[in-house]
Amino acid sequence: MIRVIAARELRGLFLSPLAWTLLAVNEALLAWVFILLVKDFQNTRGRLTVLEYAPGVTDLVVAPLFRVAAWGLLLLIPLLTMRLFSEERRTGTLDLLLSAPVSASQIVLGKYLGVLVFLLSTVALMALMPLALMAGATLDGGKVLAGLLGLGLLAASCAAAGLYLSSLTAQPVVAATATFGLLLAFWVVDLGAGQGTASALFGYLSLPRHNDALLLGLVRSEDVAYYVLFSMAFLGLTIRRLDNLRLRG
Amino acid sequence: MTGETLIAVEGLSRRYGQTQAVEAVSFTLKRSQILGFLGLNGAGKSTTMRLLAGILAPDAGRILINGTDLLDQPRRAKQAIGYLPEQPPLYRELTVDEQLCYSAGLHGLDRATRRRAVARVKVRCGLADVGQRLIGNLSKGYRQRVGIAQALLHDPPVLILDEPTVGLDPIQAGEIRALIRELGRERGVILSTHLLPEVQATCSHVQIMRAGRLVFAGALAELQRQRQSACLRIGLNAPPPVAELARLPTITQVESLGGGRFRLRHTAGVAPTQALLEQARADGWELWELIPEQASLEQVFVELTLGRETVE
Repeated sequence: MIRVIAARELRGLFLSPLAWTLLAVNEALLAWVFILLVKDFQNTRGRLTVLEYAPGVTDLVVAPLFRVAAWGLLLLIPLLTMRLFSEERRTGTLDLLLSAPVSASQIVLGKYLGVLVFLLSTVALMALMPLALMAGATLDGGKVLAGLLGLGLLAASCAAAGLYLSSLTAQPVVAATATFGLLLAFWVVDLGAGQGTASALFGYLSLPRHNDALLLGLVRSEDVAYYVLFSMAFLGLTIRRLDNLRLRG
Repeated sequence: MTGETLIAVEGLSRRYGQTQAVEAVSFTLKRSQILGFLGLNGAGKSTTMRLLAGILAPDAGRILINGTDLLDQPRRAKQAIGYLPEQPPLYRELTVDEQLCYSAGLHGLDRATRRRAVARVKVRCGLADVGQRLIGNLSKGYRQRVGIAQALLHDPPVLILDEPTVGLDPIQAGEIRALIRELGRERGVILSTHLLPEVQATCSHVQIMRAGRLVFAGALAELQRQRQSACLRIGLNAPPPVAELARLPTITQVESLGGGRFRLRHTAGVAPTQALLEQARADGWELWELIPEQASLEQVFVELTLGRETVE
């Protein structure tokens, strides 16, 4: 049942020009950044060789590229998730799901899975550029994989938040704006943080900060758990929201 | 199979904020009955249907679908329902085949059964030629058919159709009605409408709702009985004084229409036709016209929905 819903969601995404446009724009901008990073690396390479533990191409090209890609997700995901529920409420197709013999959790997980498959293929596309470096350079495979894991987890978390906010309104644009606002808040929540317990809390809440260690090739269960909990919390809220729709109409 | 109870509703109530949309509605639907829900816009028809389809939760009351409690075992109960909302829930970007396959999957049909079910309902609803067309490009009539086809995929014993012919041209509406009549032979069908002729053309039973309450429930024939003549219009060449006409049995009021014509109101169901004929012959009134005037079904409907108790 979850598979059926996910498959339709994915099909809907690929049938809409929006998803293709987002993919194209995202890929084009990243390619530009990638070229700049490679050029920079070529210019500084000579000077780096004198260092004993010189940073390699993975640290100087791949990690910064993934850092920019994370910002790209921040813009991409609200536009991808905005229609998940709001569009179905607006056009009345949600009635089909609600009157079918499926539970609220199956509906939510199906839709989440659909958009997740799309996002993971986006991340896979992003990975193609650094992998192209393998033609002429040696990459640190572990670091690249950790970076991709970080991007994937970040995308999954943002998508869960977007899914929830999409279930709150029947206007896709409102959902997109709210999602962008919420994600941005989680992005910059640690900006003013200095030292102390409160600051540590704000630092912990920050979405991209948990990606930092992963970009260095460090997979800590703390960071993975943060993203998994973040996603699960919003999925739970969405399921509750869907049950509430039946009560409040 | 005939006569088996498919829907049993007891004391169903639902409010939206301050508005009581549905109040203490109880009824049953049996197999091979087509039940027409009549009422003005906002009378609570759609809310009742959404409650039956499990899209809304009731504040009070019990809904049994094919013997299963909709609130206790929603998934099992929903499997027995085919529901078509007011706006057919179709994805504009999908083709008819894709939409139907998706819906079949949602109702738990496996891949092989899915294809057969889709082919079956397409033939049944006259969609065989449009399988590859995009739903967004179909006319309203075809979309309505896809909606009905979608409700039939899992072969449910109960069909709930919310205003299935609204916005269709007379020919399309006629086709849909014929389809519903055919479907109602081996199923239980509920359809809502605010068009009385639709009920006359399609339904075996009627329920009239007003402000969230059921004000009439029964067989269509019973509603017809309510409109039985309560008026005779007569024409006489040599009319007697009005007072003499008023002396005829069961006459309540005599109205002179001029030119020897009169309208005689009498107690419903007991027309004084025989007495009038005998009197007219005996006294030489020269009767040349005798028409029993019927309140149209339309009038009965209006009076029931607007809340007047008496039917003239």
